[in-house]
Amino acid sequence: MKLLEYQAKEVFRDAGIRIPKESMVTTPQEAVKVANESVGYPCVIKAQVPVGGRGKAGGVKVAKNSQEVHQLASQILGMDIKGCLVDKILVSEAISFQNEYYLSVVLHRASKKPMIIMSPAGGVDIEDISKNQPEKIFQEEYDFIVGFKDYSLIKIYKKMFHNQENIPTYHEFKAFLTKLVDVYFKKDATLVEINPLIIHEKECMALDAKILLDDNGLDFHPEFQKYILSNAEETEQEKMAREANLTYISLDGSIACMVNGAGLAMATMDTIKHFGGNPANFLDIGGSSNPEKVVNALKIIASNPKVKAVLINIFGGITRCDDIAQGFRQGLEKVDFNLPISCRIIGTNDEIARNIMREIQIPVTTDMDEAVQNVVKMAKGE
Amino acid sequence: MSILINEKSKVIVQGITGRDGSFHAEQMIQYGTNVVGGVTPGKGGKTILGVPIFDSMQDAVSSTQADVSLIFVPPAYASDAIIEAADAGIQLIVCITEGIPVNQMLKTQAYLATKPNIRLIGPNCPGVVSPGKSKVGILPGHIFKQGNVGVVSRSGTLTYEIVYGLTTAGFGESTCIGIGGDPIIGTDFIDVLTMFNEDPQTESIVLIGEIGGDAEEKAADYIKKNIRKKVVAFIAGVTAPPEKRMGHAGAIISQGMGTAQGKVEAFEKVGVKVASIPSQVADLLK
Repeated sequence: MKLLEYQAKEVFRDAGIRIPKESMVTTPQEAVKVANESVGYPCVIKAQVPVGGRGKAGGVKVAKNSQEVHQLASQILGMDIKGCLVDKILVSEAISFQNEYYLSVVLHRASKKPMIIMSPAGGVDIEDISKNQPEKIFQEEYDFIVGFKDYSLIKIYKKMFHNQENIPTYHEFKAFLTKLVDVYFKKDATLVEINPLIIHEKECMALDAKILLDDNGLDFHPEFQKYILSNAEETEQEKMAREANLTYISLDGSIACMVNGAGLAMATMDTIKHFGGNPANFLDIGGSSNPEKVVNALKIIASNPKVKAVLINIFGGITRCDDIAQGFRQGLEKVDFNLPISCRIIGTNDEIARNIMREIQIPVTTDMDEAVQNVVKMAKGE
Repeated sequence: MSILINEKSKVIVQGITGRDGSFHAEQMIQYGTNVVGGVTPGKGGKTILGVPIFDSMQDAVSSTQADVSLIFVPPAYASDAIIEAADAGIQLIVCITEGIPVNQMLKTQAYLATKPNIRLIGPNCPGVVSPGKSKVGILPGHIFKQGNVGVVSRSGTLTYEIVYGLTTAGFGESTCIGIGGDPIIGTDFIDVLTMFNEDPQTESIVLIGEIGGDAEEKAADYIKKNIRKKVVAFIAGVTAPPEKRMGHAGAIISQGMGTAQGKVEAFEKVGVKVASIPSQVADLLK
């Protein structure tokens, strides 16, 4: 899950990472109030949306007085930025700076360690810099036994702040990085990013903040529960799926699929495409065999008006096929469902499952290609 | 020969009294796996499925001389279960559990790196089977047949799909390993490719990958330099939407790697044939 800027900055503030004076508000009146009473002028009005590129979309503006705050806040609230409605803005102290730096801690699969990425060329073009001027990007592993290696980090520190004045000392810089790594671990993040990082009064300060949380870690962090609903960018079907504990991604096609396991679900979509059809979704009903999941999955599929036919592809392992078939029987009793269904079931207890499907008159096969070719025909009305 | 497990492997199931643990322990025993016991703290001294239950891995290993453990412990306790198995002297730890926070796995890996000769498979994996000898995991035993194809996969059910296709086409498997779908796993493609290359029973190799990360690209490079056996691949996710971006940092680290198309090209460049649908894998192996 992605935290919005103001949420990530609250995490930073609690961790002792310096941020500007700022407040999140939802109305122009509140914006004027916090600008007058706590933030001061000039200040920056920033749209709080879970997508990038808000600056270029006009979602970040500087205000010099209370009239401008009111005007810009009214303008930004209600904007649509890449499909996200702006309903929260951050009123933040405008701080002048000499240079924009980039700093992040990210999960690095290859080294199996967190990687610290740093650059003296921060700002919106950081990805281009990494491609065209890789010498300006520095990467340093965080080791579980020794932490940062001074001999190596000092070299980066010197390059980062080459020819700059009023900079933090090496030890202050290292202490700042350590706080960032602490946030990464304590919050079960997979990314903690500051872009831009600036130097203000000889101290590092985060002007922006991005934190990606590990979904597997959310159960251990009740402090983020309140953000889960408000931050989600999801379709109606994706929302239903999340509430039912299913993994669902909306796509544009007409063939709904219900598969157990993410790899097989992707391969099923690839096979639909191979035989000339278009998948309407990715839906993984997961590993354990709970008939209720199938009922919910059917409800989600039935709610998508684009769907013309349904493909069920189950390869039982930890999933017991008979549980899936039972779910179908229950689901078709509860959900109004008139779409043609092509079904493939094989694996643990598959014989029982196929008998149940035959009882409820759903065509069932053991061959995946056959089931896919059938559903492609059904979707085309053949 | 096979790799990782054989008929001599002595297996302890951690979490044997749970719903999934007991179901799959029973399936493994029926398959012929030498399950010598299970661990569930607080239930030591009882028996289940005809094998003893122990309170700790230490008790289990000293009583049974087990060398393999299989973990069905819930996510909050699974990384501790891995560490407990390693401390008890288990050589091969297979962790089925899905949903372990990734940073817990980072720390667990760093700990395992301090212990020599311990191999972790997973987490979030279906396990290992050496057909006709032993099965450690949740893979459905009946789809396998003893033979000469080594199978290594990041997926679970997709592995079953492809193995079923192989077996139906008359092939058999030396060993089949699901290495797991999480970002941080104990054993990667290259580890398994190395073992298959040295295993006399394995004559050809099937590699099943998917979008995300750069494990397939690295495997392709390794195959070019080191593997002299025939390799056939399948990559899931050619039609999947691009992986959710990990901020700028993700783009900086991956430098464009991770797409299904890129992985397919990486394999084709080194002479590895890539199937476009699962059922083609067996044809390409012929």
